[in-house]
Amino acid sequence: MSVRVLLPNAFQKHTNGTREIQSSAGNLPQLITEMEATFPALRSHLRDESGQVRKFINFYVNEEDIRFLGNDQYAFKDGDEVLVIPSIAGGSWPDGRTRFAQDCPSRRTRFAQKQKRMQDRGVCSCCSYCGQEECICGD
Amino acid sequence: MAAAYELQCRECGKRYSNAPLSICDECFSPLEVVCDLDAARRAFTRDAIARGPSSMWRYQALLPVPDDYVPTTPAGWTPLLRAPRLAERIGARNLWLKNDAVCMPTLSFKDRVVAVALANAQTFGFDTVGCSSTGNLANAVAAQAARLGLKTYILVPSDLEWAKILNTQVYGATLVRIDGNYDHVNRLCSQIADRYNWGFVNVNLRPYYAEGSKTVGFEIAEQLGWRLPDNVVVPMAGGSLIVKIRKAFKELITLGLVEEKEVRFFGAQATGCSPISTAVKSGADSIEPQRPATIARSLAIGNPADGVYAARCIRESGGWAEDVSDIEIVSAIQELAETEGVFTETAGGVTTAVAARLYAHGRIHPDELTVACITGNGLKTTDVLHGAYEQHAAIRPRLGDFESYLAERHEESQLVPGGEYVG
Repeated sequence: MSVRVLLPNAFQKHTNGTREIQSSAGNLPQLITEMEATFPALRSHLRDESGQVRKFINFYVNEEDIRFLGNDQYAFKDGDEVLVIPSIAGGSWPDGRTRFAQDCPSRRTRFAQKQKRMQDRGVCSCCSYCGQEECICGD
Repeated sequence: MAAAYELQCRECGKRYSNAPLSICDECFSPLEVVCDLDAARRAFTRDAIARGPSSMWRYQALLPVPDDYVPTTPAGWTPLLRAPRLAERIGARNLWLKNDAVCMPTLSFKDRVVAVALANAQTFGFDTVGCSSTGNLANAVAAQAARLGLKTYILVPSDLEWAKILNTQVYGATLVRIDGNYDHVNRLCSQIADRYNWGFVNVNLRPYYAEGSKTVGFEIAEQLGWRLPDNVVVPMAGGSLIVKIRKAFKELITLGLVEEKEVRFFGAQATGCSPISTAVKSGADSIEPQRPATIARSLAIGNPADGVYAARCIRESGGWAEDVSDIEIVSAIQELAETEGVFTETAGGVTTAVAARLYAHGRIHPDELTVACITGNGLKTTDVLHGAYEQHAAIRPRLGDFESYLAERHEESQLVPGGEYVG
């Protein structure tokens, strides 16, 4: 028995770019174990600190959410197509701990690049938004 | 001018430079935009906002768009109306409506989110954009993409209301009807966005798109004279709007534009698709997906993307969630139109029906300043009122016939003699 498993882009960093695998797993827990064995780098990302598969990862079997099919109890059938798709959402508010990227190395690098570009063009490197030399507003 | 902003994982906090991304590659949780409030502090003042345009772009300093972005669509700045007659009907005394049924250009609050999403689509260099939609988003993407000259592919459930299909196709968008519900459509769009270089406003552009909803909250506060209401009642589909209105209020408090206040948030769903209200009522920390079965198709999302956050937002604020039947939804549409002259679509019916129940159950005190969010226009869902009003036979254009007509209706008393104005 074999099922086709399609992986999302977000996984590819941990699967060496693999987008699709064939699996002989009989159900969802077996499939997850098999994925972790095939891609060891994926394991720590797939599960949270308590060892549970992260809540934002959804599994679909042939167009249906596996939760409607019995979830872990659903027995895969030969030829099933399993889709793995993370939830797409987002939203929160400032909690007092959030600091912007003043300390972010990549942003500092981008600022230095911008400063050089501006100097090469013979113009001021102040930010057009905040007017500051060392701005954090953008590139 | 825009504030500095970038992406951050909602769960693990990993930061990302601005990009068409919506999923964290470390923990596979959703990404969101974080704005640098300190950087925005100087530009985001009451005076600066008052000098801004009469649109949502008066709040551009707290929206994730490039600082040289020039808006092309005047979305937002919709009326905040007192609703005394509806209030009297449902046992309230201080009820207001935020009326996005007249949001431009396509008569729903989705015009706000699309405006921000497409600004970013252009920044990221996409020439093709799209969305999965229950209708209002389809309309908004089609119209605004047409104005920006972008190619558009819009995927919708096949049972969408006729008016919403027409209001998408008229802008020249390619509309793809999918044999499935919204959750099927959304999943397909995730796959397409993973594979092809298209900007899907509510998939890979979602973190930016969702920020547009904050403008509903900014406007409510400003239109109340820079103060926050006691309660807000918000319809919930994916659950993003209610979370972002709260985020807007928190940002205003942080920047000192309004006094600190814990606003209570109340979520509204149709019973036929109520995964978030079910979670709130049961105290669950996760969302159990449902198969939608309701006339409120704009809210028919069985696996809501922001459901967990919406439930958390409601719970933390001390609010509640309710859901109402399809019959109650239609009655509420009629009641709102008859009392306040506002014709809303089914989602608005859900909101006002839920508001009525919240007052009836004592969850909202009649004197508390409460804003109900009307998010779409009734002209888009006229099918739910099909047959609701009897059409009588036409009468001849004669005064006698008119008087007879009123007599048949036992409304002769309405005919007050006069007609000659004597000052």
